[in-house]
Amino acid sequence: MFTVIACMIAGIVTGFLFRKWKLRFIHQVILVLIWLLLFLLGLEVGSNEQVIRQFGSLGFEAFLLAFAGTLGSVIFAGIFWLRVRTKSYPK
Amino acid sequence: MKGSLIILSFFATGLLLGIFRIFPLEISSGNFSFYVLCGLMFSVGISIGNDPASFRQFRHLNPRLIFLPLMTIGGTWLGVLVVSFFLKNRSVADCLAVGSGFGYYSLSSILITQCKGVELGTIALLSNIMREVFTLLFAPWMVKYFGRLAPICAGGATTMDTTFPIIVRTSGKDYAIVSIYQGFIMDFTVPFFVTFFCSL
Repeated sequence: MFTVIACMIAGIVTGFLFRKWKLRFIHQVILVLIWLLLFLLGLEVGSNEQVIRQFGSLGFEAFLLAFAGTLGSVIFAGIFWLRVRTKSYPK
Repeated sequence: MKGSLIILSFFATGLLLGIFRIFPLEISSGNFSFYVLCGLMFSVGISIGNDPASFRQFRHLNPRLIFLPLMTIGGTWLGVLVVSFFLKNRSVADCLAVGSGFGYYSLSSILITQCKGVELGTIALLSNIMREVFTLLFAPWMVKYFGRLAPICAGGATTMDTTFPIIVRTSGKDYAIVSIYQGFIMDFTVPFFVTFFCSL
């Protein structure tokens, strides 16, 4: 898995070395690779009967995680907001 | 939103072709998708390293808001941690890996599938799509009850692209730079945290 991180770091270095040239096409490349990978993920999910049968319960677990994660970060944002705001405008 | 629908339709097409066995499975199994993933990460790296302008823009940021991504990370982890105690068949690390997608569903689901298999990868995809949808739908409500930073934290890694317009509309354009900064930092952290929790 660390191969993946190494690839990203190699990319950052490459991108930085070529910063004189604006490599605009890279965003197109990223988009196409994401399309390809999600198509492959769909293919893998679709051909896995066990996952297809459980799709509903996986969706429910996904919902719980999404809901809790979003709510947690919103609450933290609220606490942070109170602190930042009172410090920015001292009474 | 349109971009997300296109991405979803690629997943759905693959799903249908997979269910009806129209496409040969040999292509999806094996190392092919891993090589594509490495190519993707290399490209993501290039896009970060090649754009020093995005770093320079952050000089205009309110220094106190530098810690905003920490709120996003801490809040998400805490919420996910609580839920992980109710999900008996998922480990805490699995749940944290899904949560650490921070809405970046394409990358997190791909990484998690590689590492933990299709089942958790599917959860990661659905969960992170839902996070983005929650942000798009409930941003005005979040601002009302939790302040102007709330939709930015909720949006996680998506706040410099897909949820950016709604954040500017609900939090105000004074928070545009904060939103881009937060999205940039979170985009960068996703691969690190996801692979970290997958390796536990």
